[in-house]
Amino acid sequence: MSAVDMPASQRPTTEAALAKPPRRPANMGQIIRWLLLFLGGIAMVMPIVYMISTSLKWPHEVYNINLIPEEPTIENYTYVLEDGRFYWWFVNSIIIATVTTISNVLFDSLVGYTLCKFKFPGRQIVFIAILSTLMIPTEMLVIPWYLMSQSLGWLDSYWGIMFPGLMTAFGTFLMKQFFESVPDDFIEAARIDGLNELQIWWTVAMPLVKPALAALAIFVFLGNWTAFLWPLIVTNSVEMYTVPVGLSGFGDEADVAWELIMTGAAISTIPTLIVFLVFQRFIIRGVVMAGLKG
Amino acid sequence: MAELSLHQLTKAYGKTEVLHGINLGVADGEFVVFVGPSGCGKSTTLRMIAGLEEVTSGEIHIGGTVVNNLEPKERNIAMVFQNYAIYPHMTVRKNIGFGLRSSGLPKADKEARIDEVAALLGMTDLLARKPSQLSGGQRQRVAIGRAMVRDPSVFLFDEPLSNLDAQLRTQMRLEIKKLHQRVGTTIIFVTHDQVEAMTMADRIVIMDGGHIQQVGTPEEVYRRPANAFVAGFIGAPSMNMLAAEAGPDGVRTNAGGSIAMPLGADFGKRAVTLGVRPDDLQLTDGEGLVAGTVAVCEPLGPETLVHIDTAGGEVVAKADGRHPPKVGDTVRLIAAQEDLHLFDADSGVALSWGPRT
Ligand SMILES: Nc1ncnc2c1ncn2[C@@H]1O[C@H](COP(=O)(O)OP(=O)(O)O)[C@@H](O)[C@H]1O
Ligand SMILES: [Mg+2]
Repeated sequence: MSAVDMPASQRPTTEAALAKPPRRPANMGQIIRWLLLFLGGIAMVMPIVYMISTSLKWPHEVYNINLIPEEPTIENYTYVLEDGRFYWWFVNSIIIATVTTISNVLFDSLVGYTLCKFKFPGRQIVFIAILSTLMIPTEMLVIPWYLMSQSLGWLDSYWGIMFPGLMTAFGTFLMKQFFESVPDDFIEAARIDGLNELQIWWTVAMPLVKPALAALAIFVFLGNWTAFLWPLIVTNSVEMYTVPVGLSGFGDEADVAWELIMTGAAISTIPTLIVFLVFQRFIIRGVVMAGLKG
Repeated sequence: MAELSLHQLTKAYGKTEVLHGINLGVADGEFVVFVGPSGCGKSTTLRMIAGLEEVTSGEIHIGGTVVNNLEPKERNIAMVFQNYAIYPHMTVRKNIGFGLRSSGLPKADKEARIDEVAALLGMTDLLARKPSQLSGGQRQRVAIGRAMVRDPSVFLFDEPLSNLDAQLRTQMRLEIKKLHQRVGTTIIFVTHDQVEAMTMADRIVIMDGGHIQQVGTPEEVYRRPANAFVAGFIGAPSMNMLAAEAGPDGVRTNAGGSIAMPLGADFGKRAVTLGVRPDDLQLTDGEGLVAGTVAVCEPLGPETLVHIDTAGGEVVAKADGRHPPKVGDTVRLIAAQEDLHLFDADSGVALSWGPRT
């Protein structure tokens, strides 16, 4: 008896199987969730929209709340880009954020790797000591840092701006946790193959934690790019300012030039976008496990 | 190639000693398998030989020199890990060539060597692939290739097949054995699987509780187990162990069965454990060594495993697959004298008698 002669009720229910599952009506909870997300999205985008909008306005229109400038102008951009100061701040910020990022990626991971993969007496204490520095806020540290920079002659220099951030407890902690996912077998296999410990770290362990390194690089770059308090305190001369410090002083004492600040801010988001686009490619999960059992 | 020996090797983690004096000599070119239950110290021994674990006391000799204080790379050994430990971010070629990085060979020689090893393992076509594009068996082959490429004096394998499915395991087992016959390098192979040990080894080292229980050829450890542990561990299904009492003329099990054995006058009356393999038990109509009712039958095709409830506990026997007894049948079993093993009831040490000396 073929399927066709069967009474309809017994026929294999192809139609039923092919039919799309009935669309679930979106329930109330879901609608509320979407609404909240939507509002959150607006709240996050608005400042950026206003930043760009203000940067296209003439000074007299700055305190007007409208989103579309009445007479859009790129005058502000020409002014900021031709102003030598902004150029200097931009270069300063690039140098500082880049050097700090490289330093963190190298040294945080070196220390994190050591704490993770080597058993030595006092290891736990060192780790706890590093972690505990996370509990001290920057505001408490700037005065000791300042006094230290002063006595060492680091005030108003790149080194002075950078030294507190060249390594971070957070980065060390992050890297230590990620190195836990690198199997010891990988390291021991390399040891048997004759690599020294530094080579193992660099050629075996580091490539396996690329996603973490990329995340760390993004964090550190953004953190240093937007850092304000410490660079403000440690710098004196206008040529040593970073972008945030310099921008905050745009205009003269009496009149803050918001349109210029917003223009500078808009330009200064470009490197952060580039960094994010470059490094997020590496944030691919599951790289480590691929070499283990299938 | 080199011979290897261990002298009174011990290992302690903190105050806990996990290896209690291992003595072993491995001849040049020999294939030795360490086998034992999980936690018995196989990996620890292997890792000490590799130089990954410090030696607490005792000596390791490779090729006649004491290597206790040498770095792993100075020992000229290669190791294959259970998880393969091939690097996911490198191609197969890079992975295999990894062992040559510190060799100082010219690039062309390195490439030639990689090609040679890849050809030997039949993976020339796979050299450009990443590990994620390989099957489990292929990954294990890459790991073996990486170990071979340096032409080490000793190969160490730590349970390299346990992550493979049963069929692939059988196939790789054979491949490794063939490889050994071709390259002739000394191999120490760790496994918890006695079938792997029996099928691959020139000599088997059976370990338990941080001690070597017996060293011998597969034939020796199967035919003449040194103690009750080895007897129970080697061979599947396990040897049946029956509490019994031995006298000069034979053995009487505590459950009431008896069998005549010419043990001799000086044997004395003593409590023993009588060991008999399932394969050596036959159904009988006469007076048996053990009797009971059939509880479960497991047909395997050519034969059927019969689990029998007896007064002395469960006994397993192999019956002809064509005429197996039925569940609930009362059966009596007998074994030939020469297939019986006697162990001291307390220490488990094998007692020699007649054919078992
Ligand atoms: N790093 C360690 N610290 C403490 N004990 C360990 C360590 N490594 C292994 N052991 C112990 O040593 C014993 C032998 O382990 P191992 O050699 O790994 O056994 P296996 O025969 O399963 O390979 C086990 O009891 C294990 O718990
Ligand atoms: Mg083990």
